Amino acid sequence: MPIRTPVVGEPLRPVDRQLVAEPSTPSAPLLIPAPRTTAPVAPASLPAPAAPPAALSALKDSATVGLALVPLGLAFGVLIAQAGLDWWWATAFTAFIYAGSFEFLLIGLVTAVAPLATVALTAFLVNIRHVFYALSFPLHRVDGRAAKAYSTFALTDEAFALATSERARAWSGRRTVFLQLYMHLYWVGGATLGGLLGSLVPEGVTGLDFALTALFTVLALDAIRDRLDDLPTPALALLSAVVARVLFPSQMMLAACSLFAVALMARHFMTRRSADRAHGTERHA
Amino acid sequence: MPETPYLLAAVAVSAVITWGLRALPFAALAPLRASSTVQYLSTRMPAGIMVILLVYCLRDLPVTETRVLAPLIAMAVTVGLHLWRRNALLSILGGTATHVVLASVVFAH
Repeated sequence: MPIRTPVVGEPLRPVDRQLVAEPSTPSAPLLIPAPRTTAPVAPASLPAPAAPPAALSALKDSATVGLALVPLGLAFGVLIAQAGLDWWWATAFTAFIYAGSFEFLLIGLVTAVAPLATVALTAFLVNIRHVFYALSFPLHRVDGRAAKAYSTFALTDEAFALATSERARAWSGRRTVFLQLYMHLYWVGGATLGGLLGSLVPEGVTGLDFALTALFTVLALDAIRDRLDDLPTPALALLSAVVARVLFPSQMMLAACSLFAVALMARHFMTRRSADRAHGTERHA
Repeated sequence: MPETPYLLAAVAVSAVITWGLRALPFAALAPLRASSTVQYLSTRMPAGIMVILLVYCLRDLPVTETRVLAPLIAMAVTVGLHLWRRNALLSILGGTATHVVLASVVFAH
């Protein structure tokens, strides 16, 4: 039991005194080195507080796709700096708007001093897809007005992709909101750093914006893999996107999402009708 | 060079519209949650939307020029890394680094 032999007559250090005050181990508390009682492993060995803390689980959830927001934010910050804006605009943009793909477009709009109406219309057309997120995002599991408000504010594509993934089915609302908060911090942190370091990036270095494409590549692959039994859905989405690109290039996002939603509904009603018919035939037979 | 008030207004307008588009549909769609059509859509939308976002990112590919190879090769690297290691961070870093090198060095003007 004794790990450290106290020197006789050595005055108690503050930590030791603290231990003396603890009622649980009256006989030999002075002999236990203080750090042991505060080591990070300690909480795990204590009777666990009801459930594993949502904040901690969310931190682990944020480790892959979430952390990818750091290089993406860096890329955004560097582009802000290359556009000639002060570094703190990278912070302001990412903290208050928090819509990755739109913000990359916004840099181009504001450096050209586009009219605010154009900014508003672009924000609307690029982000209209979020309307559909309300269909699947588990906001009903988030408790409290403030948490719900923040959760909708931080309902990015990445948050949507993670919160609707197969492994997120058992997540509590708190866990989802913490995950959104961490990703927000990664995004703001990366962008701020990028804004500060942007001037150090040599003139000829370009192509950082590919981080966004790479992110969506990964999110699409993961989402498709979650539902490998349903390949017609991504195929319909691809078709909708290509048709929208060719026919409505200036409003591609809105057109693609609408076409996709209509195509899905058509498919739904067709499969239901053919199922009904099969059912009816059976009944008549 | 844009002025500060203009930039502030642009950020405010963008923030309000983005948040509105994210928050308001929950109120509008709440009554529809029980409908079978909405449930059908809700399980299928996520994968499709990510595919659409990906195509959207590639909408301005310079298909008639050789520098189109930079994003295409970088995409192949991203997909390859992701199918191999299934680590999103690694795939994104690898793909982006490939693109930066190709775009800045190989296909630089």
